[in-house]
Amino acid sequence: MNDIFSYPFDSGFLLKKQKSIRKELKNDGKKRIPVKIAILCGSTANAVADQLELFLLNYGIEPQFYLSEYAQFWQDAMFPPDELTGFNPDIVYLHTTNRNIMRFPEITDSAERVASIIDSEFSHFRQAWESISEKFGCPIIQNNFELPPFRLLGNRDCSDIHGRVRTINELNRLFAEYAEKTKNFYINDINYLSSCYGLDAWADNTAWHMYKYALALPAVPVLASNIAAIIKAIYGKNKKVLALDLDNTLWGGIVGDDGVEGIKIGMELPQGQVYSEFQDYVKLHKDIGVLLTVCSKNEQENALAGLNHPAGTLRPDDFTVIKANWEPKDRNLLEAAEELSLLPESFVFADDNPAERAIVRGQIAGAAVPEMDGAENYIRILDRNSYFEVISLSDDDRKRTEMYKANAQRASLQKSFSDYGEYLDSLEMSAEIKPFLPLYFQRIAQLTNKSNQFNLTTRRYTEAEVEAAAADPKKVTLYGRLSDKFGDNGVVSVVIGRQEENVLHLELWLMSCRVLKREMELAMLDEVVSAAKSRGIEKIIGYYYLTAKNGMVRGLYESFGFTKVSETPEETVWELETAGYTPKTKHISINGGN
Amino acid sequence: MDEIFERLNGVFRDFFDDEDIELEPETTADDIDDWDSLNHITLMAAVEDEFGIRLSMGDVSGLKNVGELAGIIEKKIRQ
Repeated sequence: MNDIFSYPFDSGFLLKKQKSIRKELKNDGKKRIPVKIAILCGSTANAVADQLELFLLNYGIEPQFYLSEYAQFWQDAMFPPDELTGFNPDIVYLHTTNRNIMRFPEITDSAERVASIIDSEFSHFRQAWESISEKFGCPIIQNNFELPPFRLLGNRDCSDIHGRVRTINELNRLFAEYAEKTKNFYINDINYLSSCYGLDAWADNTAWHMYKYALALPAVPVLASNIAAIIKAIYGKNKKVLALDLDNTLWGGIVGDDGVEGIKIGMELPQGQVYSEFQDYVKLHKDIGVLLTVCSKNEQENALAGLNHPAGTLRPDDFTVIKANWEPKDRNLLEAAEELSLLPESFVFADDNPAERAIVRGQIAGAAVPEMDGAENYIRILDRNSYFEVISLSDDDRKRTEMYKANAQRASLQKSFSDYGEYLDSLEMSAEIKPFLPLYFQRIAQLTNKSNQFNLTTRRYTEAEVEAAAADPKKVTLYGRLSDKFGDNGVVSVVIGRQEENVLHLELWLMSCRVLKREMELAMLDEVVSAAKSRGIEKIIGYYYLTAKNGMVRGLYESFGFTKVSETPEETVWELETAGYTPKTKHISINGGN
Repeated sequence: MDEIFERLNGVFRDFFDDEDIELEPETTADDIDDWDSLNHITLMAAVEDEFGIRLSMGDVSGLKNVGELAGIIEKKIRQ
C-alpha cells in the first residue's frame, strides 16, 4: 500500500481510486491514532480532506474532520460555532491562499499606506491564530501564500512595495517569523509546493471560477501529502534511521571489484559529483537527529575503505551501525534495529538495487523503501518523501548520533564485567527526576508520541497537553533525565498520574529504550512513590494496555511489587500501597542524592 | 466513440467504487447515488487524467449528461 503514497506518486490514480483506497486502508485491521482535524478554509476544501485522509491513514493516523463552511475560516476561528466547539479539534488546519488576501497595495498608495495594508492583512490572520490557540490550545497548521498569478509591474513586482509579488513575500516572511517564535504553530509551505508543481498549473482558474478551489485538482494530493507530513511528525511518526547501501548508492561502482581508487566519487567526473552531492546531503541529516547506518553486501574491510575515500564526505564515524557482510539485508536491518533499540519500521532503506528493495519491503512491514532509481534523483526522492519532517529542533536531536554511539561504548564496557551490578556502578549514573519543566515540554511530548515499546498506556500528548498536565494541580508529573560517564542521555522517561483523593492513577508511564536495563525505571518508581506520599496518597493504581508493540512491559508492575486487581486480554490493572514502600534504586544517584 | 464510453465507464466504476455502473448517454448525476456537486470536480479531474485532456470552463459548465461529456472528450482527443 505504502508505495502509492511515495514520491513520485500518481495524483490521477489517487483521485480516481480514492474511494476504494480508503476502504482498503480502513479495513486493514491496523490500529491507528484517532485525530480530530478542523479544516478552516478560505476556499473549497472537500477534496483536500478526502486526500488528506488517505495520506494520514497510510501514516497510521485515523482522522475525523470538521470542515468550515466555504470561506468562513476567519469567522470560525474568531467565533467558533457550537459544532466546532463540540468537535474540540486536536489540530486546526487553516487552508487559505492568496485568494484570501483582502487587499493588495495600489500603485498610488504611499509607503505608509502600503505598510498599514500589510500590517492589517497580517493582523487579520494573527487574530485568528490567537483565538484558536486560546480556545482550543491545539497545534495550528497554516498555509503561507503561493505567488500571484500575474505581475502588473513585470520583474519590478518583486522589488516595488506596490507589487503583489513583494506583498506576498512580505506576508510570508511575517508568517515565518510568527511560526519561529510560536510553539505549536506550523507553516504548510504552499509557496514552495506550488513552485515545485509549477505555479501556472497550480493556480488553475477553471477550478477557482467553477468550484472555488484555490488550486488545481491534480495538485490536491501534493498538498495533502505535505499537510500529512506535518501531522504525522506532530504525532511522532517520523522515521528515525536512514539505512544506506554503499555500492552505487553512496558511490558509483563496486568497491570490491573496482578497488577504492576505481569507485566514482569526487569532483573530477560528473558521475562522481552526483555521489559527492548525495553524501553531503546524507551527512546533513546527522544535525537534525537522524541516525545513519550502513546496510551493504560487502567485505567489512572494503566497505570501510570506500567510506574513507578522500573525496567522500561521509566517514565510518558518521554511522551508528555498519553492517557490511553477505547476510540478507532484511536480517541486517533487523539486527541494526535491535542494536539501536529502535523498531524496524522507523527505518528508511536506501538502496539502488530493486531486488534488495523488494526483499526489505516484503520482510519488514512499515519500513520505508523509496524507489532509488538514478543517482541524480536520490536527493529529491528522499527529500520529497518527508521522512524526517522537522517540526522542532532540540539539543537532543543534534546530539543523537553521539548518544547512540555512547550506547555502543557502554555495551562494550559491559562485556568486561562479570557482575551486572558492578557494571551499572561503573557507569556512575545520576538521574534528575522532577515535575515537568517548560524547558522539557517539547521533548516530553515527542517521547509520548515516539515511545511504543516501553510504554504502559501508549497515550499520546501534544505539547499543549503536556503543558496543561504540568499546570494541573491534580496531576503528578515526572520527567527523568539520565547521565553517566559516557554522556547525557537527556530526558528518557515520563510519568503522569492523576490524583483522586488518596489514590493516584498512572495515566502514562514510558521510557526510551535507549536506557533499558539501567535501573532507570526503579529510579522513576522511587520518585513516583515519594511524590505520592508527600501528597498523602495511599494507593497507586497502574494500568497496562496491550498494543502490538508493548509486550516487553507486560510484567512491569508485577516486577515493581504491585498486586493485580483485574485482568482482561487487553488490559491489566495493578495496585500498590505506598505505606511500607522502600526505595529500590541501587545504582543511580537521584537528584544529587545517593 | 464506443472505446471512449468504455474507458469513461471504467473511470466511473473506479471513482464510485461500484462495478455495477453501466453508463448510458442519457446518464446524469441523478442516476448515480454518490454523484453530488462536491465530488463532481474530483470526478472531472479523474476523467481528465484518464484521457490526458483538460476540460475548460466552457466544456463543463453546460454539460447535460454523460453522452455530452463523451462527445467533448472525443473532440479533444481528435484535436
